[in-house]
Amino acid sequence: MKTLAVAAALAALALLPASAAAEPTAADLEAEIVCPTCKTTLDQSDAPIARRMKAYIRARLAAGASGEEIKQELVDQFGPGVLAEPPKRGFDLLAWLLPLGGLAVGAVAVGVAVWAWSRRRTDAEPDDALDPDLDRRVDEELARFEP
Amino acid sequence: MGARVKLAAQGLALAAVVGLLGLLVWGVLDDGGGGAAAELASGEHPLAPALVLERLDEDGTLDLADLRGKGVVVNFWASWCIPCKDEAPFLQSVYERDRDRGLVVLGVDSQDFGADARRFIKRFGLTYPNVHDGRGETLGGWGVVGFPETFFVDRQGRLVGQRIQGGVDAERNREAFEQGVELALAGS
Repeated sequence: MKTLAVAAALAALALLPASAAAEPTAADLEAEIVCPTCKTTLDQSDAPIARRMKAYIRARLAAGASGEEIKQELVDQFGPGVLAEPPKRGFDLLAWLLPLGGLAVGAVAVGVAVWAWSRRRTDAEPDDALDPDLDRRVDEELARFEP
Repeated sequence: MGARVKLAAQGLALAAVVGLLGLLVWGVLDDGGGGAAAELASGEHPLAPALVLERLDEDGTLDLADLRGKGVVVNFWASWCIPCKDEAPFLQSVYERDRDRGLVVLGVDSQDFGADARRFIKRFGLTYPNVHDGRGETLGGWGVVGFPETFFVDRQGRLVGQRIQGGVDAERNREAFEQGVELALAGS
């Protein structure tokens, strides 16, 4: 029972930062939105349209809009190219999955190659059994040292 | 059988590498082609690229093709662009001056908030048609690289004259502008 209570408390603590992160600040959004003319994120740009977009973000946050709402409004105005990261849904999800898929395929390929290589080495190893002549000579030599 | 599988895998890997290299080379070499502006600069008179956009001055869309038979001054602008503010009154005066001769000035507001663009139109009292391309999707086809830029389209829908980069200015490019207007209005 005590363990359960501790686990529940830890889970609640773990959820706290997640709920705090659900509402981004203006600085957070400026790092996630790209200036359409200079192609850098807003926090890195001083272009006129970037300044205007920063002002828009601050005004919308002050009006109570959520980060997702603001991003969607900017996408509606300027297109999906203003998002620094592609959304994790629909066709754009491929941009996230393909690199992971590539890594997985690469890992499997390396694993298979290593396995095949180690098998070849095992097959190529010589038989442990000694040549009978050599075996006899070794025995003879060892016998010389016996008292 | 094992050797065949190995050979096939090697072939696939090689094809993947060659494909990726090809993509890299294409990405490095492809600069977008410069659009219609590059053709115009090389002395050609291509058909003006398609332009069908939402209107800012009234409801509905405007299709450049519907203006065939008129001379058109196509002006790309944005409300945050300072030279655009400087040239707007001049463009309005040209529209009023030559409208009866069959000239249309068409403003294409791009990479801009629609609400900002409407305020701009109201502030400068612009009565010529203006459309909105917030995403900048038409810029590549025309070869627009900055704001403002101005093109001239003749009555047959072909680009004529010179592309004017930057604001229309009395000392710098007014002569080229007036020549573009006359070429756009030439013919019937």
